[in-house]
Amino acid sequence: MSHIFQHRRARHYALVLLLGLFPVSQLIAQELGDHQYTSEAIQAGLRIYSRECALCHGPQGDLVSGINLRRGQFRTAQSDEDLRSVITEGRAQGQMPAFNLREAELSGVIAYIRAGFDPDGVAVRIGNAERGEALFNGRGECSQCHRVNGVGPRTAPDLSSIGVKRTPASLQLNLLDPAAAILPINRPVRIVTRNEETITGRRLNEDTYTVQVIDSQERLRSLIKEELVTYEISELPSKSPTNLNADEVADVVAYLLTLDGQGAAQ
Amino acid sequence: MRMISRLASLVSFCLASSVILAQIPYERILNAEQEPHNWLTYNGSYMSQRYSQLDQITRDNVGDLELKWVLQNQVFGAWQSNPIVVDGIMYVTERPNSVMAVDAITGRVFWKYVHTPDERSRVCCGANNRGVAVLDDKVYMGTLDARLVALDRINGELLWNAEVGDVGLAYSVTMAPLAVKDKIIVGVGGGEFGIRGYVAAFDAESGEEVWRTYTIPGPGEFGHDTWQDDDWMYGGAPVWITGSFDPEQNLTFWGVGNPGPDWNAGQRPGDNLYSDSVIALDADTGELKWYFQFTPNDGYDYDSVQVPLLADINWNGTPTKAMMWANRNGYFYVLDRTTGECLVGEPYVRVNWSSGLDENCRPIPTPQPDGMPTYPGNQGGTNWYPPSYSPRTGLFYFSAWEDYATIYYSEEQEYEPGRAFLGGGFSVLAPTQGAPTIGIGRTNPVNNWTNEVGHASLKAMDPNTGEEVWEFEQYDVSDSGMLTTASDLLITGGREGYFHVLDARTGELLYHKNLGGQIVMAPVTYMVDGVQYVSIISGNSLFNFALKD
Repeated sequence: MSHIFQHRRARHYALVLLLGLFPVSQLIAQELGDHQYTSEAIQAGLRIYSRECALCHGPQGDLVSGINLRRGQFRTAQSDEDLRSVITEGRAQGQMPAFNLREAELSGVIAYIRAGFDPDGVAVRIGNAERGEALFNGRGECSQCHRVNGVGPRTAPDLSSIGVKRTPASLQLNLLDPAAAILPINRPVRIVTRNEETITGRRLNEDTYTVQVIDSQERLRSLIKEELVTYEISELPSKSPTNLNADEVADVVAYLLTLDGQGAAQ
Repeated sequence: MRMISRLASLVSFCLASSVILAQIPYERILNAEQEPHNWLTYNGSYMSQRYSQLDQITRDNVGDLELKWVLQNQVFGAWQSNPIVVDGIMYVTERPNSVMAVDAITGRVFWKYVHTPDERSRVCCGANNRGVAVLDDKVYMGTLDARLVALDRINGELLWNAEVGDVGLAYSVTMAPLAVKDKIIVGVGGGEFGIRGYVAAFDAESGEEVWRTYTIPGPGEFGHDTWQDDDWMYGGAPVWITGSFDPEQNLTFWGVGNPGPDWNAGQRPGDNLYSDSVIALDADTGELKWYFQFTPNDGYDYDSVQVPLLADINWNGTPTKAMMWANRNGYFYVLDRTTGECLVGEPYVRVNWSSGLDENCRPIPTPQPDGMPTYPGNQGGTNWYPPSYSPRTGLFYFSAWEDYATIYYSEEQEYEPGRAFLGGGFSVLAPTQGAPTIGIGRTNPVNNWTNEVGHASLKAMDPNTGEEVWEFEQYDVSDSGMLTTASDLLITGGREGYFHVLDARTGELLYHKNLGGQIVMAPVTYMVDGVQYVSIISGNSLFNFALKD
């Protein structure tokens, strides 16, 4: 675990360095186009959002019906420019009031929304979902381990509802740097029991005395720790970073975002 | 003939009821150690050691424990209540504000009193209630809408209902009251809502407020200058865990909570007395005799709302009236409870908000840069979970959270009456962005955040050195309190729902049982008809164990 903290720390020092060189407002204004923002803008946006927006839209951005800001579901807006006009002009006969924000504040709150409400996140480019599905099942080799809507193996986490569970940034990171993105519970385990059976798989649950895993044969196993000869948890996931190029990654992310747990009919 | 036998049974009923009506005068609570078959206060006695002289259950027969009865809660949510047991009758609260009188042998309920809190009630962290106090023929409960109610102990009827604080300003009472002499003493919650905290004493008979001592000094009082401008009016410093009482000094001791707004210390410059302190108040007048502040100008929500545990010990060879304290800020302290002098202060988990304590145990602050993790995290190295001290082992036991950190951010916030007054926010440090992390309480049987975001360590501390003697680690964190017995057992729980019994001397695990739901209270023990019981609440059920018949 310690190397992960060091990783975070290193990134933070890079941020401090940047802040030392440029005035913050200038950094925030450095917008890189639709869906491309600096992490400073996203961080600043969190504060604006908490102050101005959260009361009605809620901390998760889903309290107004038909709108889920975190997941990028809006009533009409599509582009950043659309969001900008909704915020500055108001909508729905004043139910959404007009906000008088400074330019940097406005950019920040849009960046925060586009980053999926993840203040540490990066805004992510989202490509074509149809192409992404083909890559998922083909050259991307995702479906060799992951199951979607009842198809595929169960050894890796089922992705049928991954689009509502993860932010675009998290999905992108899973493809580009799976070691940094893997959730602790999904780390591969290797277990040797007293009767010399070796079990590999991933954990579903764990407590002080027991661990529950799904093994490589897709069997649910509950094991008592004190009866184990070996219990190893790998810090690295079983997959390596993707070979897909940036456009293809954007497509796969777009496809994953369509997986909302509603089944193949969607 | 039948009539005669009915008359006879009626006579015997009246005779029997005079036995049941035995009073619980102050003297019985004062000498609680003389009746170990009962559990007379939140922490078992005025010293709050949670140590029982019962010894029927031992390390040799603990394997013969069996379930005797279960009381099912009718209301979902963290059940933090601590039962009180008097002569075979258990008094336990249910959220939000009900009291039940229960037969301690069968678990059947004699009566249930329901108080429906005012709909304006506001609490930060759940509709919690931690139990009652008993005195004479009454039972007392604080309520979420900041009332103190007195009930007839025998039939559960309401006798009086007094205002403790203004519910419209988000005052509340979640602690079990403390009965001392002829008074019922409570503190107020609301540290996340800009209250001005206090401890107040009520006449046990009439419900009239007798004294009130603010935890933030007003104009002209000592310590007022540790606040600037109007900050003191909304500065929090709540008191939401039951205090202790030293009859020799006639002093009550109270742990005081965080200053507000919680996470913006820069908005309220100064030490912010008596937030994050222990205060010693005269039991009759409420007059402040001494204080010790653990965390001046706190920006991390390090409430010092822990149980002030009192013990008379031979501290490094010197007879000492001690107070032991594992604080939410990550340091373990031993104080002289006659003066408030700090004898020992040592970190028991990783601490980086401070680089250490000076010779008076004042912390040397080392605030972390924006975006960096602070250890311990927001829920603290420990929190309100009641500790235990065994005079037999000389060790202090409590639940700590290890490898748990928080990233804070702060912002200016103006006080608005009755609304959250936080001054920022926080996220729990996780190895992966967006990974699930520890919250307040467990609502899901799957631990998908793993021990990488924090885990429990039950620590046994030596008060002479302030150092850990042994630890018992759990995979998940624990909000469970402690119980020790004269047979050197240490009994506790945890969020995983395990009931653990350890050897209090060595930490060796002797017994564990999966009860299935989070244990967020401290177990108690009592004896009826020669049988020692252990009561522990897991999830929505109160389980009672004893040895096999």
